[in-house]
Amino acid sequence: MSLFDWFANRQKSGSTTPQGQEREIADGLWTKCEACGALTYTKDLRSNQMVCLECDHHIRIFSDERISQMIDADTWVAIDEGLQPVDPLNFRARKAYIDYIRDTQEKTKLADAVQTGLGQIEGHPIALGVMDFRFMGGSMGSVVGEKLTRLIERATQQRLPVVIVCASGGARMQEGMLSLMQMAKISGALQRHQENRLLYIPVLTHPTTGGVTASFAMLGDIILAEPKAMIAFAGRRVVEQTLREKLPDDFQTSEYLLQHGLVDAIVSRTQLKKTLAQLIRLHQPVSSTSHVVPRSSIKALTKIAPD
Amino acid sequence: MPTLDRKPILLDFEKPLAELESRIGQIRELAEENDVDVTEQIRHLEAKAVQLRQEIFSSLSAAQRLQVARHPRRPSTFDYIQAISDEWMELHGDRGGYDDPAVVGGVARLDGRPVMMLGQQKGRDTKDNITRNFGMASPSGYRKAMRLMEHANRFSMPILTFIDTPGAYAGLSAEELGQGEAIAYNLREMFRLDVPIICTVIGEGGSGGALGIGVGDRLMMFEHSVYTVATPEACAAILWRDMSKAHQAAEALKITAADLKGLGILDELLTEPIGGAHSDPLKAAEILKKALLRNLSELDQMTGQQRRELRYQKFRSIGVFAEVTA
Ligand SMILES: [Zn+2]
Repeated sequence: MSLFDWFANRQKSGSTTPQGQEREIADGLWTKCEACGALTYTKDLRSNQMVCLECDHHIRIFSDERISQMIDADTWVAIDEGLQPVDPLNFRARKAYIDYIRDTQEKTKLADAVQTGLGQIEGHPIALGVMDFRFMGGSMGSVVGEKLTRLIERATQQRLPVVIVCASGGARMQEGMLSLMQMAKISGALQRHQENRLLYIPVLTHPTTGGVTASFAMLGDIILAEPKAMIAFAGRRVVEQTLREKLPDDFQTSEYLLQHGLVDAIVSRTQLKKTLAQLIRLHQPVSSTSHVVPRSSIKALTKIAPD
Repeated sequence: MPTLDRKPILLDFEKPLAELESRIGQIRELAEENDVDVTEQIRHLEAKAVQLRQEIFSSLSAAQRLQVARHPRRPSTFDYIQAISDEWMELHGDRGGYDDPAVVGGVARLDGRPVMMLGQQKGRDTKDNITRNFGMASPSGYRKAMRLMEHANRFSMPILTFIDTPGAYAGLSAEELGQGEAIAYNLREMFRLDVPIICTVIGEGGSGGALGIGVGDRLMMFEHSVYTVATPEACAAILWRDMSKAHQAAEALKITAADLKGLGILDELLTEPIGGAHSDPLKAAEILKKALLRNLSELDQMTGQQRRELRYQKFRSIGVFAEVTA
């Protein structure tokens, strides 16, 4: 239903007022695209995976919605939900880290910046990690590092492909060097996963930066990115300060990274599940039932084979 | 090693010490001119200077240690390689079109045995610093390091890395060539290598740029070296929204060798000569060499598979969190 149709319907019933519209945006009935300004009925937008119907802008979504978009209904089993951040450095900047954790947990209903679990994509079992930018900018501390490491280890054990949806400002400074070391810890788990010839696909979403870029985001056997996501090691402002010159407008976008050979493909969110399923199928060993062997050659083989 | 004839560079907190030392010099001159015996007074003052040096350097704040770690005369990777090896030959290039001068390395002989030594190289003066980009490696630098480590693995040479960088280079070319990928690749592949790997933070361990050559069986740090998740300056700007809070950030981030030992990240703290490694580089090199040889002899007892397992478990156990069972 377009906005026009909706208004037409509303006018028939004679209930709409400008104040009413504002309220309905606030209530979440309508969503305004931050890129083109188009107002869309939220239900329609959701069924298009929160990709603007007018301009294709990928509106930011969070872990719960991402999981339900990607994973087959009733197959998601969350793991390690009991992991909780603590304050190992007794860190205090403008606010104590421990208070910051509690406030963020209350606001987001999340334990930390990643959800992990097992589920199916078009019937294919996978291990999935989804970072959540709402939780302190998706920053990686001990909990993110531990949850992803456990996820990858479990996938290695059960011989599952791993998919990690990245969205992160980088290492979490409030946990100091413990955060930096998570980069190595996760990379070590990925080394074992890879050594077992298992598939790992990170999906880079807006924004993927810093320590996440310099570890698991860039270690995919195949790397996918959402359109127009910002993907960087050092932030644009830092690079500008280093260079004191203007950078290309599309610097550090998915499109720019594709051009520079750093990602394999840019995939619209609406195609993501399908694409992942296709890639998983393409990496499965050909099973004996899936391709037809001519009867004559089977006979020939039985003859040759010694008893 | 840094030459001794160059004018020393003074850090703020070294000033009282420098004043005392110049007073000792003055007294000596005066005594000579006037033919007076001041041996006793001089001895007393010199003992006082040693004591003062010890006091100052044993109670440095994190921000002061950061200054020592960044000291322009602090021994560099080249200095240590030259001081501890019997012979060595520098190797160049990433075989992808670049040779990053910010990362140096080569084959060497340490106490009779072949090893691979490599690390970030800061400049010894302004001009050298510009050539070496202040020890900030480009993606090619990390790829060069990986190439040297692969070589070492093929020829069963232990790998000794020396970490001394403000961080990985943040520039247009670095982003285009995949700075994130270059570091990430090393993090993963260093877990695959069979040979012993010992990483030592000799100066500044700047974040992912340091970690890119920092995955080993042992992590050692000199007493006044620092290892940071982000520079205290950047952390102050982001978390305090005030660059002038860098000294507070340095304290809060827990960046000193002693702090990192406490967090289970550091395996061995190398005591520096009193006054810091720059006050006696040869002594510092001797301390480093001894520690390297001792750790190597321990790692020699293991198979490649055992070392890989040890390396994995070492990093696997890092992190602090709570676990509530539902
Ligand atoms: Zn739009």
